[in-house]
Amino acid sequence: MSSVTANRYSGPAILLHWLIFALIACGFTLAVYMVELPLSPQKLKYFSWHKWIGVTVFLLAVARLAWRMAHPAPALPESLPAWQRRAAAITHAVLYALILVIPLTGWTYSSAAGVPTVYFGMVQLPDLLAKDKALAEQLKLVHITLNYTLLTLVIIHAAAALKHHFVDRDEVLARMLPFVKSHGEQ
Amino acid sequence: MRTLPLPLCWLGGVLLLTAIPATAQTVLYDKSRISCVSRQENVPVEAQFRKFTAQIAFDPTKPEAGKAQIEIDVGSFDIDNAEVNDMAKDRDWFNARAFPRATFVSSGIRALGSGRFEVRGPLTIKGKTLETVATFTYTADAAGGVFDGAFSIKRLQYNIGEGVWKDTGAVADDVLIKFRITVAAARPAAKK
Repeated sequence: MSSVTANRYSGPAILLHWLIFALIACGFTLAVYMVELPLSPQKLKYFSWHKWIGVTVFLLAVARLAWRMAHPAPALPESLPAWQRRAAAITHAVLYALILVIPLTGWTYSSAAGVPTVYFGMVQLPDLLAKDKALAEQLKLVHITLNYTLLTLVIIHAAAALKHHFVDRDEVLARMLPFVKSHGEQ
Repeated sequence: MRTLPLPLCWLGGVLLLTAIPATAQTVLYDKSRISCVSRQENVPVEAQFRKFTAQIAFDPTKPEAGKAQIEIDVGSFDIDNAEVNDMAKDRDWFNARAFPRATFVSSGIRALGSGRFEVRGPLTIKGKTLETVATFTYTADAAGGVFDGAFSIKRLQYNIGEGVWKDTGAVADDVLIKFRITVAAARPAAKK
């Protein structure tokens, strides 16, 4: 395969971006809902699903990062001010870090709480930490804080993309949209 | 109502005392532990029973003469989660108010070879009694002896987890009970 077209992300990059987004949106919403529920078999199910989503996000994030290393992102418009380039680079780096680190904090929180993670109810992941109630409470706080940090950044990230599309009328958003043919590809 | 004549009281006391084996060993509770492992959504989760009493008389050279009686305070169930601990005491689970204790009384012990033994007897939980068999190992040193074993029960046979919790997809029927009981080294037994 030849190199990525200059102004568009490659197919796998686009797929991974939206897949990870959809899973995180589900996992996040489920978490906010399930933690308020009284204890029930359903609640245990939701916790399991939440963890399976988290493991999947982590695996996809690793794949995405590996893909990104081999396939650089398309160039930003020439007209973009330097501070915006910097802001975008920093936001993207932190977003990548969060989608890798947040599942790890969930996994270690679960381990410290004495509840192993069993992927799809079949593959038991090793416990990264021994059971430790105080540590579990701290990791829970870290997990939640990082998630709300992620939510904030996602809002900024989406707002910036929409601004590019509707205000600046450039191709920044289109290069990550599936099913859109950019001019360069014609 | 007349009080019993003193000699009868005394006799009663002796009978009570003899119900506990004369060679009962001193259990070291800080080095002993009874726990259960349940599988929730196929995720193994261990909980401990913080309070129990055990009366054990066991000589590995004469296992068939051994005796064990264990009483567990089911309200001391501790899974390191206050919400679950509270729920465990509810009617659907242990119903700790009506059935505060689970008991096991050995009816027979036999050697299985190479340091392994088998103990059988009735296990009562939540007012229901079923015959149970557990295998254990016994290791002794100068400081004392350690009984280490496990056995599986079907929680639904004891009505543990009623109502919505009958769902074995959420919490599996099989529950592993693990025990590790440490006894102090026996003092030379008094001759009868």
